[in-house]
Amino acid sequence: MQNVAVKAVPTAAVERGSKSSVVETDKLSLTFQTADGPVYALSNVNLTIEQGDFVSFIGPSGCGKTTLMRVIADLEQPTEGSITVNKVSPREARLDRAYGYVFQAPALYPWRQVDRNVTLPLEIMGLSKAEQQERAARYLEMVNLTGFEKKYPWQLSGGMQQRVSIARALSFEPDLLLMDEPFGALDEITRDHLNEQLLRLWEKTQKTVVFVTHSIPEAVFLSSKIVVMSPRPGRIIDVIDCNLPPDRTLDARETPEFLEIAHRVREGLRAGHSYDD
Amino acid sequence: MTTEVADAADVPAVQRPGVVSRLMSGKAGPVGLMLLLILVIWYAGAVYLNAPRLIDGYERSDTEWTFSQLTDDAWAMERPILPAPHQVLVELNKTIFGKKITSKRSLIYHSWVTISSTLLGFVLGTSLGMLLAVGIVHVKALDKSLMPWVIASQTIPILAIAPMIIVVLGAIGLTGLVPKSIISMYLCFFPVTIGMVKGLRSPDPLQLDLMRTYSSSTSQVFWKLRWPSSVPFLFASLKVAIAISLVGAIVGELPTGAQAGIGARLLVGSYYGQTIQIWSALVMASILAGLLVALVGVAEKFVLRRMGVAQTGGAG
Repeated sequence: MQNVAVKAVPTAAVERGSKSSVVETDKLSLTFQTADGPVYALSNVNLTIEQGDFVSFIGPSGCGKTTLMRVIADLEQPTEGSITVNKVSPREARLDRAYGYVFQAPALYPWRQVDRNVTLPLEIMGLSKAEQQERAARYLEMVNLTGFEKKYPWQLSGGMQQRVSIARALSFEPDLLLMDEPFGALDEITRDHLNEQLLRLWEKTQKTVVFVTHSIPEAVFLSSKIVVMSPRPGRIIDVIDCNLPPDRTLDARETPEFLEIAHRVREGLRAGHSYDD
Repeated sequence: MTTEVADAADVPAVQRPGVVSRLMSGKAGPVGLMLLLILVIWYAGAVYLNAPRLIDGYERSDTEWTFSQLTDDAWAMERPILPAPHQVLVELNKTIFGKKITSKRSLIYHSWVTISSTLLGFVLGTSLGMLLAVGIVHVKALDKSLMPWVIASQTIPILAIAPMIIVVLGAIGLTGLVPKSIISMYLCFFPVTIGMVKGLRSPDPLQLDLMRTYSSSTSQVFWKLRWPSSVPFLFASLKVAIAISLVGAIVGELPTGAQAGIGARLLVGSYYGQTIQIWSALVMASILAGLLVALVGVAEKFVLRRMGVAQTGGAG
C-alpha cells in the first residue's frame, strides 16, 4: 500500500526530453500536533511534478491534498522528508513569487473593485501603474470578465468572483499555478464552464498547474496526471497518466478513454478504503 | 398593534392599515411617541417634586389654592427641585440665542470651551489608541505586557484620578485646555485600542495566506489588508470614544472650579441652587454628544461608501 508513487525521476526526464521538474518531494511527511494527539496529515509522499503538467490531487475530504498543496506553497512546514519547488526550497520559491495560488474561496478584498483586486499582487511587486492596468484588462478578458472592472466583489456571483481570483493569480504571470478546489463551491453548470475555460487557458499558456479536487470527472477531464490520495495518514496510492486529446470539450467525458480513466481513479479511491471506519 | 392584526384577519379583503400602524411603521412615529411620554412624566414629576415647598408657602401665607394654581406655580418656580421642560427651553434660548457668543453668559461660549478640549482629547486618544493597537497586533511581547495595563487603566474611577491629573499637570505648568484633553484622552483611547485590535485581526486566514503567497512585507500586509479591514471596527469605536471624550472634558472641568465650560456651568449652578441652569447645561451636553456622534456617523457612512461596502441590499 505504501507509495505506489511516481516513476523514477531520471526516467521521466528522459521520456519528456527537455522538460524539467517543478516540484519534487522525497518521503515527505507532515504531522499536526493537536490537543487530541498527533494528526498524520501526510505520510511518506514521493511525487514529481514536471513543467507543463496539469496534476490533480484527488481523494476524499481530509486526505491531505490541501495540506500537500500548502506545503508546496510554503504555507505549511513538513515535519519529515524533503521538498523542492523549482529546485529550491518552498520558502525561497515563495520569496521568488514562483507560484500563483487560487484558494477554495475567492478571498477577494471587499473594499477593492474587481480590477484593483487583480492588480493587488502587481502593486505589491511594484509594477508601474500602466502595466498594472494593462495586465488587469488582459487577464480579466481571459476569464471573460471584461466590463466588470469597476464592480465590487459583492456585486458579482460566486462563479464570477472565483474567476476574478483566477485572473488575480494569473496577473503576475507565475509559471506554476496552485489551485485548491477552486470550483468546489460552484454549481455544476458554472463548474463545467470554468473547467473548459481553464483547460483552454492551460493549453494556451503551457503553465504547470497543480489542482486539488474531489470530483472524479473534473480531475479526469482537466489533468495530464492524476494523483489519487487516501486519508489517515494522507498518502499517495496511485498516479495515473491521463492524456486525453488536446482541444477536448466537455463531450470528451462520454468517450471510452475518459470512462476507463475515471474507472481507474474510482478503483484507486476505493482501494484507499477510507470508508470502513 | 395585536388587535389591529386580528382585525385585518377578520376582514381579509382590501383593508388599509390603520393610522396608528402607519405612523408607527416609520422612524418618526415611535421616536415622537417616546418624546411625548418623557415630557408627560417630566411635567408630572415637576409637580410632584415641587409641590411640598409650594404647599408649605401657601399654608404659611394662608392663601387659598387650587390644583391648577399649584401646577402653574410648580412649573414656574425660580429655583425648583425639578424645573419644567419649558423653563429649561427658555433658559437654553436665552443663553444660546440671547447672548453674544463671546459673553461669559453664552452657553455657546461654554460649549465651545468644552468641545475644543473634547476634540483635542479625541484626537490624542484616537492616535494613542491606534498606536497601541498596531503595537499589540504586531509585537507579541506588547500583546502580553500591554493589554492587561490597558484594561486596568479603565478600572480606576475617572472621578478619582481626574483631580490628580489636573494637579500633577498644573505643577509642571500645564493648565487650561491640555489637562482636560488628557482626561478625555485617558477615557477614549480604550475603546479605540480594543476595537482596532479586533479590527486589525479581523482578516480571515485566506486573506492573510494570500498576502503570504505574494511574499509581501509586514507593512504591505498592514496597509493593504489589516488597515482597510479594521475601518468598520474603528468607526464603531470612534462613536463610543467621542461621546466619552466629552464626558472626560466635563469631568476635567469639575475639580478645578474651571471658569468656563459645560462643567463650570454645572458647578456654578449647583453652588447657587440654579437648577434651571444645571438642567440646561445638561441638555446642552447631551445635544453636543448627539451631534458629535452623528458627525462620526456621517464620516463613517462617507468612508464606507467610498470603500464600496454595501450599505443596503445583497448581491445584485
